[in-house]
Amino acid sequence: MANAMARSFLQVASTEEVASPLRVVQIEGLVILKIIKHCKDFAPALVTGQLLGLDVGSVLEVTNCFPFPIREEDEEVEADGANYQLEMMRCLREVNVDNNTVGWYQSTILGSFQTVELIETFMNYQENIRRCVCIIYDPSRSHQGVLALKALKLSDSFMELFRTQNFTGEKLREKNLSWVDIFEEIPIKVSNSALISAFMTELESDMPVIQCDYDRLQLSTNPYMERNLEFLSECMDELAAEQQKLQFYYRSLSRQQGQQQAWLQKRRQENMARKAAGEEPLPEEDPSNPIFKPIQEPSRLESFLVTNQIANYCNQINGVAGQSFSRLYLLKALHAHDK
Amino acid sequence: MAASEHTVLQFTAPSSTNLSAKVHPLVLFNICDCYVRRPDQAERVIGTLLGSVLPDGTVDIRNCYAVPHNESPDLVALDIDYHHNMLVSHQKVNPKEVIVGWFSTGLGVTGASALFHDFYSREVPNPIHLTVDTGFTNGVGTIKAYVSVNLSIGDRPLVAQFQEIPLDQRMVEAERIGFDILKTTSADKLPNELEGMEVSMERLLALIDDVYKYVDDVVEGRVAPDNSIGRFIADTVTALPKLSPSALDKLVNDNLQDQLLLLYLSSITRTQLSLAEKLNTAAQVL
Repeated sequence: MANAMARSFLQVASTEEVASPLRVVQIEGLVILKIIKHCKDFAPALVTGQLLGLDVGSVLEVTNCFPFPIREEDEEVEADGANYQLEMMRCLREVNVDNNTVGWYQSTILGSFQTVELIETFMNYQENIRRCVCIIYDPSRSHQGVLALKALKLSDSFMELFRTQNFTGEKLREKNLSWVDIFEEIPIKVSNSALISAFMTELESDMPVIQCDYDRLQLSTNPYMERNLEFLSECMDELAAEQQKLQFYYRSLSRQQGQQQAWLQKRRQENMARKAAGEEPLPEEDPSNPIFKPIQEPSRLESFLVTNQIANYCNQINGVAGQSFSRLYLLKALHAHDK
Repeated sequence: MAASEHTVLQFTAPSSTNLSAKVHPLVLFNICDCYVRRPDQAERVIGTLLGSVLPDGTVDIRNCYAVPHNESPDLVALDIDYHHNMLVSHQKVNPKEVIVGWFSTGLGVTGASALFHDFYSREVPNPIHLTVDTGFTNGVGTIKAYVSVNLSIGDRPLVAQFQEIPLDQRMVEAERIGFDILKTTSADKLPNELEGMEVSMERLLALIDDVYKYVDDVVEGRVAPDNSIGRFIADTVTALPKLSPSALDKLVNDNLQDQLLLLYLSSITRTQLSLAEKLNTAAQVL
């Protein structure tokens, strides 16, 4: 009884609170540097870490973070990992770092992060903290002078659907949910303390050319594009396989429906004959018959995720091709000057 | 008098006197953040520096963490447990990063510094002491690195002298991200690919204009010619591969066509996706 009361209080508390939507993720320069360093040091291995900060209205401030050690599939190590996390939080609290988990970060290769695991991790986080965010960093893109940092969250409607684990076509139509609606990208703002700002202004080199200019004007993008296309075609194969599953489902569904119709017709004729003979009619349904067993509709989640991946690769190809155009015209102009 | 009775004044200098250090921007950011978040009564923050020694002997300072400490005129205390806990945690993530020294905010070295330095000398031979002047005492944010040189008479340590070593403050990692977003107190958005490209191209253009202006000035006799600059310019111009216009056109056009093909492919894929989605979810009438 008391338990039920407590729960209802909790429910009331959670419903009364009007959650303003998350609009901006404000990251400290320190966090960006930490994430980049961690992801780069271990690339191409994929790494993750915890984000710490404050939730202020529609802005989520990320003020610090710490890396997780690379996970191994071992229970003992897993317990160790949890200890590590607690220890790190405790230590950071002692030096007055914001002690509030607001999400996690992870590295990715060519933006291939849309996986079921990511969604599951997100749901886990979401259970404990109402507003959380996942920051994705792609170290492979920094070679082109691009800061590939993204803040993502799952859309509310998708989360609702994910809890029911019901990804049938009908449900999706009902919710009007398409693959674009799974992830929501949140704009990132960068903030720095005045002290850092002073130091960086001081330390900014007088050189007119800096490292990211060299990176950006690098002409060769072919290896990057090749890998992108490779991943793209793999994804296309996966998508085709998913489509085939669906087709198979529809074929067997229509076959089953045909069988059901035939059976029903037969049963009706039989009943008519029985009626004529003055006997009780047989029921028009027979749950024990295997042809009435509903066929499981395949989940659309996988194909949604693959579609998201593909769209991501397409965006990257477009972006890099756009950059290449500018570079090529620049090259041409340089040579034209020469003549 | 026997030779053994001589008391010799000796400097025990670090083995390699031409030691130098390199600092990762993260370290600076972290130190400043710790300083901003220091406890009310604390004058300065100190902490441990992590990193590695590069093959050429340069100490690469790559990471750091603050350690709580207490400082009163006649007593200094460092939370050694905290230091060790944090070290173990950091090593779990990156075992390659080991203690290379310690940092403190403030300008130069104070008396208590010798005591802390003594502690770190027991953790690692010849630690580096990094000072970051967060108070901007001289109007500039001075960042300095020191090593300690021990001065002893016979076996008795007398004083420890802090000797400044060169510190490489070029921050390639920070340059990669762009100073634009690191030096302002708030940047509204991250630059995207094309905006970054635009900035870089503008810089290139400005540089070319500068070179033009310089060459024109020299030719007109307004500026005294400098042979070394001339050589640099000549080197740069010859660095462009000599290609006949037709070869260049072919090169550029081939490349352009490759890129166009890629764009075409990605657009057709997108079309395919939206079509597939419509077919899969919208039109399932059986």
